[in-house]
Amino acid sequence: MMLKLEGMSKHFGGVKAVDDVSLTMNEGEIFGLIGPNGSGKSTTINLITGLYAPTSGTVSLEGRDLTALAQHERTALGVARTFQNIRLFGNLSVAENLWVAQNGHEQRRQHFISRWFKAGGLQDTNIDELLRFSRLHSKKDSLASALSFGEMRRLEMARALALNPKVLLLDEPAAGASIEDGQLLGERIRAVRDRGVSILLIEHMMELVMGITDRMAVLNFGRKIAEGTPSDIQSNPDVRAAYLGTKNKNKEPADA
Amino acid sequence: MEFYLGLLQILGVHTLLGLSAYVVLLTGQVSMAQAGFYAVGAYVAAMCTAMFGIHILPAVIIASVSTGILAMIVGFPALRVRGLMLVVATLAFGEMVRMFFFNFRWQIERDGKLIGPNGAEGFRAIRFFPENGWETGDVALFIWCIVVIVLGLLWWVDNTRAGAVLRAVGHDEVAAQSVGLNLTTIKVAAMALGGAIAGIGGGLYAHTVTHIEHGVFGILLATFAIAYPILGGLGSVFGTLLAVIFIQGFLVEGLRFIGDWRSLLFGALILLVMNLRPTGLLGERMSPLKTLFSRKSPVVTNAKETQ
Repeated sequence: MMLKLEGMSKHFGGVKAVDDVSLTMNEGEIFGLIGPNGSGKSTTINLITGLYAPTSGTVSLEGRDLTALAQHERTALGVARTFQNIRLFGNLSVAENLWVAQNGHEQRRQHFISRWFKAGGLQDTNIDELLRFSRLHSKKDSLASALSFGEMRRLEMARALALNPKVLLLDEPAAGASIEDGQLLGERIRAVRDRGVSILLIEHMMELVMGITDRMAVLNFGRKIAEGTPSDIQSNPDVRAAYLGTKNKNKEPADA
Repeated sequence: MEFYLGLLQILGVHTLLGLSAYVVLLTGQVSMAQAGFYAVGAYVAAMCTAMFGIHILPAVIIASVSTGILAMIVGFPALRVRGLMLVVATLAFGEMVRMFFFNFRWQIERDGKLIGPNGAEGFRAIRFFPENGWETGDVALFIWCIVVIVLGLLWWVDNTRAGAVLRAVGHDEVAAQSVGLNLTTIKVAAMALGGAIAGIGGGLYAHTVTHIEHGVFGILLATFAIAYPILGGLGSVFGTLLAVIFIQGFLVEGLRFIGDWRSLLFGALILLVMNLRPTGLLGERMSPLKTLFSRKSPVVTNAKETQ
């Protein structure tokens, strides 16, 4: 397996944002993580990247325990992410955004000087290839803050890919996009997977999630309530109850 | 002529002071400790030449290395706090340095006279330049050679990946961490580089005035240090240079004839500039020509920071 969460919990005071969640992602998989607002999806990503320290539980990548590692160490091992509210380096050009992100396990083998003080890095073939892949090549010298919304989303994903990740965590990449854009995004995510990157996708756009994920899990009030293929999930009564509500109060989680 | 050469010396050492704050400011940290590093650099370099008879060049290098190391040591705990708390912490450090030199006495006998730091009296007779027959012009040239080297070096670093990384950290720390940057290492490195540059500036300053005392290295100097890059903008090192010329050359020296009204005008002009050009004289990452002819008002990119 690629990424494994075991008994992961994160409590903020009395709020159990993530409560005893275990997940296993296989290599080359597009794994969906869905759930209503506030169900702990983004917190789960923050736990995987190390932005938050877990209250309990462990996370491992290819069998290697990441729990005690700092964010930059996890990134070096192959964990990359995007943000729900886009966080680009708006004061840098498009190409520089990718340049800054060249911190993955491959690049770390480079010599200190060539890694940090190489001025010709913007001609880097990896950056060039990523810019073409993300259809941003014509914009490579404009400031990231001057891009359109869709371009910003593409740049943020490209920036994550510049790290040569093994796992890419996408936090609502379709937020703010139209249905048609969502379909294009689905193709892009598949293309990223075909580059050999496993993907954890958090998304509210159901057409997208159901269409492209191999397997998925559902969170509600911080707990995992279901896991399986998209068709399993669609027919799961607990999931329907979480999204649509239910007349039967007994089906609500105890701590709701 | 002598006056203008003297002014050139002042501009030179203040450019170094401003550049030291510029490097740290690139990572988004407002450090009020630069005057402290400048003070340490001044005392260390002066002790090297006046007490131990070392040549000015190695003396300045020794000063620079020691302030760099000091800045690194201060940086580790200080950079754990952010924003306003960092301002307070670094301000406290600056005052600590000042009070240290207020109490620091270490004099040795050289040529029949006692020489060295003498507490509140200050450190007198730092006479490397006059003793070796350097004229004011020679000193100004020497200082500006060093300034040009430091400016060039920083400009070059700014255009490598390291420079982009410093700016990335300054723009968004959460995003910077997400692309595998180690914030502590980067901030401490910037702090150490800034400290080393302040040390060079201080070392040169001590020799231009021949007499240093703790009072010079107070909050006012720390404010000047941070004002240069803020006024000049973080677009490039030349913004800081321009701001130093504007503040020291025009506001401080050029307006001397209006007497006490100068301080008032000084504040008003800085307010005016910051209102007309919120990202500094040279703006943030824009070519000066482009901004000069652009109709759009400069945008503060950090303003829409979302969390």
